[in-house]
Parts: sequence; structure tokens; C-alpha cells
Amino acid sequence: MNIKPISSPHVSSSRRVNDIMYKVILALLPALGFGIFLFGWSALFLTMVTVLSALFFEAVCLKLKGGAVESYLRDGSAIVTGLLVAMTLPPYAPWWIGVVGSGLAIILGKHVYGGLGQNLFNPAMLARVALLISFPIEMTTWVNVSPFFTGLDILESFKITFSGVEISDAITGATTLGFVKTGFSQAQLLPDLLSDYSGFLAFIGWERGSLGETSTLLILLGGIWLMRQGIIQWFIPVSLLATVTVLSTLFNLIDSTHYLSAWVHLNSGALMLVAFFIATDYVTSPNTPLGQLIFGTGCGVLIFVIRSWGGYPEGTGFAVLLMNSVTPLIDHYIRPRIYGRTRDGKPIEGG
Amino acid sequence: MFKFLENPKFRGGIHAEEHKAETCDKPIATNLPLPKKLYIPVQQHVGKPAEPIVKVGEHVLKGQLLAYSQGTISAPVHAPSSGVILDVQDFPAPHPSALPIRTIVIETDGQEKWFKYAVPEKPFELDPEEICLRVGGAGVVGLGGAVFPSAVKLNLGRKNQIHTLLINAGECEPYLTCDDLLMQERAVEIVSGIRLMLRGMNAPKAIVGIEDNKSNAFKAMQAASAEFEQIRVVQVPTRYPMGWDRQMLRYLTGNEIPADGRATDIGVVIHNVATAYAVYQAVCLSKPLISRVVTVSGGAVSKPQNVEVPLGTLMSEVLAFCGVENEKLARLIMGGPMMGEVLPHADVPVIKASSGILALSHEDIFEPEVKPCIRCSSCVTACPVGLLPLEMASRIKANKLDAAVDLGLKDCISCGSCSYVCPSNIPLVHYFKFASGELFSRQQREHKAEQTKRLAENRTHRMERIKAEAEEDTRKVMEARAARQAAEAKAQEENA
Amino acid sequence: MYVFSAIIILTLLGLALGLSLGIAAKYLKVESDPLVERVEALMPGSQCGQCGFPGCRPAAEAVVSGAAPVTLCPPGGSALVEQLAKLLGVDVDLSQTEDAEPMVARVSEDTCTGCTRCFKVCPTDAIVGAPKQIHAVVADACIGCKKCVAVCPTECLQMHPIDVTLRDWRWHKPQIAAA
Repeated sequence: MNIKPISSPHVSSSRRVNDIMYKVILALLPALGFGIFLFGWSALFLTMVTVLSALFFEAVCLKLKGGAVESYLRDGSAIVTGLLVAMTLPPYAPWWIGVVGSGLAIILGKHVYGGLGQNLFNPAMLARVALLISFPIEMTTWVNVSPFFTGLDILESFKITFSGVEISDAITGATTLGFVKTGFSQAQLLPDLLSDYSGFLAFIGWERGSLGETSTLLILLGGIWLMRQGIIQWFIPVSLLATVTVLSTLFNLIDSTHYLSAWVHLNSGALMLVAFFIATDYVTSPNTPLGQLIFGTGCGVLIFVIRSWGGYPEGTGFAVLLMNSVTPLIDHYIRPRIYGRTRDGKPIEGG
Repeated sequence: MFKFLENPKFRGGIHAEEHKAETCDKPIATNLPLPKKLYIPVQQHVGKPAEPIVKVGEHVLKGQLLAYSQGTISAPVHAPSSGVILDVQDFPAPHPSALPIRTIVIETDGQEKWFKYAVPEKPFELDPEEICLRVGGAGVVGLGGAVFPSAVKLNLGRKNQIHTLLINAGECEPYLTCDDLLMQERAVEIVSGIRLMLRGMNAPKAIVGIEDNKSNAFKAMQAASAEFEQIRVVQVPTRYPMGWDRQMLRYLTGNEIPADGRATDIGVVIHNVATAYAVYQAVCLSKPLISRVVTVSGGAVSKPQNVEVPLGTLMSEVLAFCGVENEKLARLIMGGPMMGEVLPHADVPVIKASSGILALSHEDIFEPEVKPCIRCSSCVTACPVGLLPLEMASRIKANKLDAAVDLGLKDCISCGSCSYVCPSNIPLVHYFKFASGELFSRQQREHKAEQTKRLAENRTHRMERIKAEAEEDTRKVMEARAARQAAEAKAQEENA
Repeated sequence: MYVFSAIIILTLLGLALGLSLGIAAKYLKVESDPLVERVEALMPGSQCGQCGFPGCRPAAEAVVSGAAPVTLCPPGGSALVEQLAKLLGVDVDLSQTEDAEPMVARVSEDTCTGCTRCFKVCPTDAIVGAPKQIHAVVADACIGCKKCVAVCPTECLQMHPIDVTLRDWRWHKPQIAAA
């Protein structure tokens, strides 16, 4: 007599964790590839270092925990984390920034909480924020666009990434958001500050910025593809972007000399990447549609607030971390209505 | 845009591979060779088991009463064929544990001689109570799998003056096509059964809900019910679990049955379409429920088809009839693959609840190893009831069963949609079934602890009472002796 | 100079808050049953002695004082362990506690002499019988404390595991190797 029989159901769908992770990687590749194209060999080296160290740290943590290592390494979650960290770094950052970032993300952002599925904060954002605060110089040194064959050659790029050679001032500059914020502090106003700004170039990504975040277009395409594949749902991206759009348009109408327009906001910084790939992270976002809408709206509000009135030019990392901490609260109070019951959980009235 | 947040027409669910093509266009096989022995359990329904009325060695006719129903919620059991009663014994039940159940064993004589029941001349003019009595007497129970005694439901419907009878012809489980074939071949009889049910409940109208992947069945039912305007045949979208009665009701009428309540609370009664057929047979032909159509399918079956099987036939015989390749067989299931239960072996009888026998191959059931929950909330999207499977499972894993109940564990219908979609392949439904069982056991243990306390207290009181009485007796004896001694002393004094 | 005033202010603030907490703890205290009584109420109350204490009240006192673990009561099972843990705020790993297979006593009718010794010690009066007549155990009331087995002179009382029937069968907990 078998006292431990197998329970129903006896069939299952073919969706697996691996498939999900690999599709996310696929969706990120166009933007990443474009970033490497824009910034040259250094970007490529930095990406490789970051992703490989992410895998390394993941393997070490899994080994320390005991249990299966190979199947978890192959599930792709460490690669996704590594890629996301790499894409938020300045393209000419030294190699150790990538390693420290991966380490922070994998160890402090994921395994300290118990591994896959247990973390409270988004690991990539945790790493980015920690790096930003700890190494402000390296994390805010932005460089000009120098497409693959026109910029530094491979040897010079290698030295930039691995030998800590100082980056010449000729090729550095600020991002749109950084430039505008500095300008405000010097009592300059819009739209003068945006005299060199091109909305079109910003959209396709031909601008200074992080390794993989510049191209709004490619990230948007990747994100929409991911939604069509059923990997992410529309609630968070739409609510986040809509909130930022509404708030920025509102304030821009009130005072266009101090507030950027919606188009500038949507195409600058990490907004698109965060909206589609970071805020939508399964583990750290709410479980229900309404919860996700609240989460996205909250992120949008915080991003706008920090960008407009905060000390840092870019607020997405902090906004996401703050909303991550609210996710358990959202999940506790926002639950679907159960069939046959009211929202309070009491049975509905019979006919 | 916010419509999805409140009262969707139907929520959640999954679209699984149907596997119905293998069996949906073959006629029901009625040539299953009569088994030498039939094993009829006395409990094939919800409620109290039936009590055997036959004795070992007795000769019974086909359709003769074997065991009568006990109490209000029960159903009788009849002989599926004529023969001799071999034994009334414990025999393995068609259950994952294969634990024994009281079973009546008949050795068939091959004559198939029917017990002569009087057939009513005008079945459609019988009194409603009479119809329900006949249905109950025939042992008709819900053949969708719930096996609730149908007569009880019909009586309840009449008492509550319901306004709609919903006939559930969803059959949303993959592989199963028994209801589909029944509708394709016997639609006229089914419609008669529906009319009888309506009369038995004094209900004005009926709706038949058929999933839209069964177009032939839909056409047949439409044609058969065309002349009866009180019966409407409607197509519903194919999406598991559309056959969940509450889901279909919400889709068709927009109303929800209150939690912890019944369909009669909102003026509806729901019956399975095969039950309607059984009602027709019971009332118009006076034939008790002694056989059912079973879908035999799966990767390890050579000739998958629907078979009309006498109740009590061993599943191994049915499988042999359809041909099973034992090397391919990986799992044997009674019912559908989503909610059916695994059977350790096939030497168990076909009962009223056996809608399907699935011999699944390794490819059919392949499942990769279990990974941790990544909180993707696919299960939340899939749950038709509106629960949070990931949260309930994590509470149960941590042995916090009461927290799982707060999240709505008691409303779970174990449909399996959540386990189906989980990319980490976590056995969610297994957690919920374990937790429900554990809570029930806990309740039983608490009850027993209270009972024990009462018994112990009674005993203590009894002991104290005995002790008090003993002391009382001793005191009386001492008093008597003292009195006697005093009297003697006094007598002595006087004498002196 | 500002440092000193800051220190003084904060110290006074701390003292004031601490004092008010103390007052609240005394005058706003929530009355409840003494813990020992609540623990005793949870226990089966059969005074069977399997825990090693002479009765449920001493056992309750021992659990509250910490002299005995919350897992001390076999008839209570894991249900009791969980309740006690919740009441006393103790962490207990329930996966470690296994319910001992419930056993009931059974009289072997061939060897029973009707001496009534078992009858007298059963804490729940689960044994029926009269002197010189064969005794029988009412399985529903038997709590498996084994006192009867200890006193039976002919060893006709044996402990048997309760048969699992179809009605009692339950799904086991899924065992997943958490990696």
C-alpha cells in the first residue's frame, strides 16, 4: 500500500524558470548591444566582467548553502542580475566597480535573504544605489558617444577598464539630467539648458548615459516583446510611465522654466529600463493587478519627486527600493476578491 | 479598464492540451465482455454508506437492490448484472491509498436477466415527489464526479422554489469525452431527463452549458431540445475549469453562489448532463444506475475510446479491452489529469464517480524538479476562485495552517490550475490537500482531547463520590458503634 | 555649551518616557488568566503521567517555568505542541516532532482473568468489565497511556496501532528538498 501517493494535477504547462530568465536576457540584448556599439570595447569588457563575477558569486553562495549548484546556475537568474547591474554602470567604469556591484547584488541583494525568490529588494538596484553612494566619482563619470570603430581602440579601452587609467576630460560630460540639475543650482533655467538637446537622439539612445540605458526605443521594444510573451504584465510599466508623464506634464505646464517636459523625462536616465525590467521583477513586486498598479504609481511619483526636488539627478534606484519595501504591505492589504465573498471576506448575500 | 478588477465573467483558468481528438469521434463501445466477477462498493456517493440487504449465496437479477440507502443523504446500490452473491467483504477501493472498502462481490452467470420493475405509462405526468422518489430509489448520484445523491438535490430544489436548472455539460478536463459522446449519441434521452428534472423541481426553465470545443454535441443537443422552449442550449468558452459549476453559473447568469452556501441560495440547481441521462433511465425505463460511460485514454492505451461499463467491473478488465502497453504506463488515474486521483494498481472497481481511466505515459506526465517560488504570481492569475496560492503554500510549508485558512484555504476547489502554470513546478494543490486534511485531523484530535478530559473528569468525580460515600458509611458505622457503646456503658451504669 | 543642554534634555526625556512606560505597565495592565491555568486548560486532562509528571497541573507548571519542553505531552500530539508554542511564545520546529503512531490497548480475550486491575487504573474509564468477567477496551476512549498494560498480571493487554481506514486517510505533507 503506497501511503505517499502523487497528488493531482498530473500534467503541467511547459513554462519553466529557465525559459522566463532567458527570454528576459533576449529582451535586454538589443539595448545592451547598442550600448556596446555606442561606447566601444570598454563597455564590452565591463559587461563581461560584471556578468562573469555575478555567476562566480552565485556559484560560491550556492556552494556555501549546500545542495544543488548546477541546476540553479543554469536557471539564468544570476546572468539576468549581472546584465542589469552592468547596464546601469557608466561605460568606462573600472572593472572592480563591476565586480563589487555584482557581489553586492548577488550576495547582499539575494543570497543573504535566502536565495532565489526570497529577496526583499531588487538586487540590481541595491547594487546600483550602494555603488552610487560609495563611489560617486566613478559612478558619475559619463563619456561621449564614440561608436564602435571611431572611439578608443581596443588597447586603450582595455587600459581604461582594467588599469584604472584616468579618463581624459575631452571625452567626459554630463547626462541630460545631471546637466540640468547642475544648471538649476547655478540659477540657469530651461529651456536654455536644453539648447543642445535632441529629443530624437535621446529616443534612439545616441546620448551620454549608462551602458545599456540610453536607448529608449530598444528598451521599449524589448519590454513590449516581453509583455507579448506573457513574461511581464502591463500594470507596472504602464502605471509607472503614465504617472511620470502626467506629473511632468502638469509641472511643466505650471512652470516650464524649472520642470522638464514629459518627453525629456521619459527618454532620460534609467526610466525605461526600470519600468520594464526592474520594477517588474517578480520577487519584489506585488502579486495582484491592483497591487501592481499601486506599486507602479508609487514608483512614478517617487521618481518624479527625486528627479525634480531631490539631491540626485536620477531617482529611479531609490524609488524602486522604497517601493520594494512597501510591497509586503501592499500584498497584505490588496487581495483579490474571492468567489462568493465580498472584499472583506464575508459571504455575499444570497438571492 | 478596471473591469478586470471586479466580477469578471470568468476569472483565471488555464488552457491545457485537450487530448480529446483521440476519443471524441468514436462511438461509445457497448461490447465490453461481461466480467466474471463484479465488485460493487456500498459507498459510491457522498453521505452514509448503503447497507447490504443481500446474503452470500443469494441469486440476484440485473438491477436488483443490493444495499439500501441509510439516512437522508445516501443512495442505494443495485446489481449491474444477474448472478450469485459471492461475498460481502473488504476490497481495495479506487483511491490513491487503495485502502479497503466494504464491497459486494457478484459472480455473474452471463444471463443478464433483468429484475422486473413496473414502468410508468406517463412518466412526464408523474407527481414531482414521485419523480424524486424514483430517482432516489434508482441510486442516481451526480455523475460529474461529486456523486451527491441527485434525489436530495431535486427535493431541495423544489423546496427552495428555484427558477433555473443549469445542466453542466462543460467537461473541461483534458482527455475526457464521456459527456461529449453521451450528448452526441443520446441527446433525445438527455433532454427527456432534463424535462423530468424540471418537473421534479417545479422549475420553469433549464440552461445547458456546453464548451465550444464540442460542436457536434452542441448541434445534437440543440436539435433535441428545439421543441422545448424551456430548455436553452448555450455554448461557453473552452477554458479549464469552465466545468466548475460555480464558474459556469457566473458566466451564464452573472450571479455568484455565496461562499459556504449552495446554489439553491440564489435559486439555481446544477446537475451534470450524464446525471440527466441517468434520471431519464430511472424514471422512463425504471432502470437503476448500474453502468456508466467511461473514457479510457492516455499515451499507454492502444485503442483509446469511450466504453459503457457495468459498475463493479475491474479497471484492469476495461484497460485490457482497450489495450494497454504496460511498458509505456507511467501513471494510472481515475478521472481527468487535472483533478483525477492516482491509482496504485488497476485491480479496483469502476464506480459511479469513474468518469475516466487514464493510462498516462512518461511523456504525458513529465515534470521537472521542483524549484523555489519566484513569486511570479502566475498562480494568482490562474486561480478561478481568486485566492493567493503562493502565499497559502508558503504558510503551509512553514506549518502555519491557520494563516493559510485566513488567506482563503477553505475556498480552494483543488482544480489544479495553479500547479499547472507554476514555472517552478511547486506541488501547490498537494500542499492545500495536505493542509485541509491536517486541519480536519486536528479538529478530530481536539474533539478527542475534550472527550478525554470529560471522561477523566467524570472518573475523578466518580472516585470522589465513592470515597465520600465510603467515608459517610464509615462515619455512620463509627457513630452507630459509639452510640452502641454509649448505650452499653449507660446500661452498665444503671445495672451497677 | 549646547552639547550639555542637549544631553540634559535628552536624559530628562528618556527618564520621563521610561517613567510613563512603567506607570502604564502597572495601571493599564491587561488582566488575563494566570498562564499555568491556560496551559492546563489546553492539556488533555487525563492525568495519564506519560510526560513524567504526576498529572496535568504539575506538567503545566513545569512547561510554564521552562523546566519541561512544550513537546512533553504524547497524547496531545503536534496540535498541542503548536498551541503551547503559540501561547508561550516559544519557537518550535514542528517538522521535528512526529506524532507517535497512536496506539490503543486491546484485551486478548483468551487470557483475561477478570481481575479488574486494569479497570481500576484507567484514567478515562475506557475499560469495561466486571470482576471475574472478560474485560474489553472501548477504543474511542483509550488514550494510549499504557497504565493498564503495566498492571495486567497475565499480559493479556497489548498496545496495537490504530488501523487506518479510508475515512481516516489523509494526504501527507509534500517533502521537497529545499536546496
